[in-house]
Amino acid sequence: MSTLEIRDLHVEVETESGPKEILRGVDLTVNSNETHAIMGPNGSGKSTLAYSIAGHPKYTVTKGQVLLDGEDVLEMAVDERARAGLFLAMQYPVEVPGVSMSNFLRSAATATRGEAPKVRHWVKEVKGAMSDLEIDPAFAERSVNEGFSGGEKKRHEVLQMSLLKPKIAILDETDSGLDVDALRVVSKGVNEYKAQSDVGVLLITHYTRILRYIAPDRVHVFVNGRVAASGGPELADELEENGYERFLGAKEEQPA
Amino acid sequence: MSEPVAQVGGGIIDAPDSPVLDVDPGINATSPKIAPWELRFTSYDVEAFEVPRGREEQWRFTPLRRLRGLHDGSATAAGRIGVSVASGFGDAASSDLGGVRHETVGRDDPRLGDGGVPADRVAAQAWSAAREAHVVTVNEARSDDEPLTVTVTGPGEGQSAYAHLQLRLEHHAEAVVVLDHRGSGTVAANTEFVVADGAKLTVVEVHDWADDAVYVGAQHLSVGRDATIRHTSVTLGGDLVRLSPVVNYRAPGGDVELDGLYFADGGQHFEQRLLVDHSVPNCRSRVTYKGALQGVDGGTAAHTVWVGDVLIRKAAEGTDTYELNRNLLLTDNARADSVPNLEIETGEIVGAGHASATGRFDDEQLFYLMARGIPEAQARRLVVRGFFGEVIQKVRVPALRDRLEAAIEAELEAIGS
Repeated sequence: MSTLEIRDLHVEVETESGPKEILRGVDLTVNSNETHAIMGPNGSGKSTLAYSIAGHPKYTVTKGQVLLDGEDVLEMAVDERARAGLFLAMQYPVEVPGVSMSNFLRSAATATRGEAPKVRHWVKEVKGAMSDLEIDPAFAERSVNEGFSGGEKKRHEVLQMSLLKPKIAILDETDSGLDVDALRVVSKGVNEYKAQSDVGVLLITHYTRILRYIAPDRVHVFVNGRVAASGGPELADELEENGYERFLGAKEEQPA
Repeated sequence: MSEPVAQVGGGIIDAPDSPVLDVDPGINATSPKIAPWELRFTSYDVEAFEVPRGREEQWRFTPLRRLRGLHDGSATAAGRIGVSVASGFGDAASSDLGGVRHETVGRDDPRLGDGGVPADRVAAQAWSAAREAHVVTVNEARSDDEPLTVTVTGPGEGQSAYAHLQLRLEHHAEAVVVLDHRGSGTVAANTEFVVADGAKLTVVEVHDWADDAVYVGAQHLSVGRDATIRHTSVTLGGDLVRLSPVVNYRAPGGDVELDGLYFADGGQHFEQRLLVDHSVPNCRSRVTYKGALQGVDGGTAAHTVWVGDVLIRKAAEGTDTYELNRNLLLTDNARADSVPNLEIETGEIVGAGHASATGRFDDEQLFYLMARGIPEAQARRLVVRGFFGEVIQKVRVPALRDRLEAAIEAELEAIGS
């Protein structure tokens, strides 16, 4: 059993006009075998939350805590967080020219597992995982994400998740830019990993569409840098119906 | 060589109305107002060149103080370079050269100059002052598995020498050659690559000098009808290395690829000045040079210079050319100058383009790899290896490829991150 605890998290970024606070006290707990959806309008800070947990240098934590099974994640370097069992499927995966996908995957698996996977098992494992995500085997020899379409990049993010086997996976707008077929394949990949592991999932999305494929246990509405409301799956239905207006209105009544 | 030959090439060059240009200006990309070939002058006679003062376009990036007198005649070249030729590379090398001929000839050998004519004072100095020249001739199609290794060894610390080497491929000959420079001392050199009609030369020129070495070399590439040259230039070691390859097409159908890789540490000055002179129709050229730099805090900066001149003369219809230079700054205290120049006198071409970019190590790439658990030092190695990958993969001698990869790893270990 694993638990990711986010307590009163405040994060700011450097802008031309000085530091700007994006996250203003986020409280959230994700346990193994739970799927939490975080929904919110553009600019509400959803992606900042994802990248802050992963440790992107652009974001500065000014207050609060992030704990993975009681360990202080904020004290860890980016690679240590990944090896501790955190995974971030990125909205915009980065191209790394000249580094083949197969070399990259093997390096990452070696690092997170603590030893190099046995070649024969590894080749089989990668082939199987690629096939599940309907990825052409030829991608293994291509440079990481280079020239991939949006859908291909997202499939490879889920591929990495299934190979690196994290305790907690944060999926940052994994549904954005996907057509229905790609969304189905990617969702299937996430559901398969959920079924064969105890992973806790934090699913960040703008739209309810992906929730038809990946069923959340909890839904959180994210507005203005914090969780404005939490509920069961029915909250997603209400957002589908009425949008974020109710929560945006409520924000203005709060002191800034 | 009967008498000194002087020629002035070029003239004022106007670009045509509709060249195919694909320009990707980098951080340090600048274009000088006067194209260098307007003033391009060539001669075998050292006295035909003024002593450079440092302001000349040709010399403006070079720290003349560090040339140890190669440029002004004050160097006393009492030393000797060593030249040895072997069949095979590394452990597999053998002195049985088969049909390959290695001769040591006098300055008056009529074949000298077939590659090209010196275009700067140091090259002319080396031309007139070298005691002898080494000519290596291939007149057969050799297998790719049997590279020739030509090892050039410096004269030793505190010594200076002038060198002249000519590599000749006769009609329809084929060879893979490793031209391996190492050792200490100060060297000015002319290296001629004379590739006859239909011949095919694949050459990897490695400059892996000791820390004290200064090497200033002119590479003269002569490309016959339908001849092919794949020239890869690798610069890893030396205090100052300045290379000036010039491609001279002698007849239509020539096909040349110039690849380069350089890795400069703190205090090192590595300079590459290329000229691809498209003077005849239907020739092709591709230039791909990649450099990495890492300075040391507080020391002299690591400095690299890449000047890529491509000239498409009026007669050179059907030219197809593209040149690219990329530089990766791994640390502060490093400076990469990158100057692509493309001058086109005819619009009747297949294509012409250039790209130049100099950037810092990409933190987003580093974050992405580390976010997958890969430790920082390993992530950096992956990115740099990937950056050089397209050049290294083209090196057709596996044992050399391994050596170059190991050398790059060793360079990266030095920053200790």
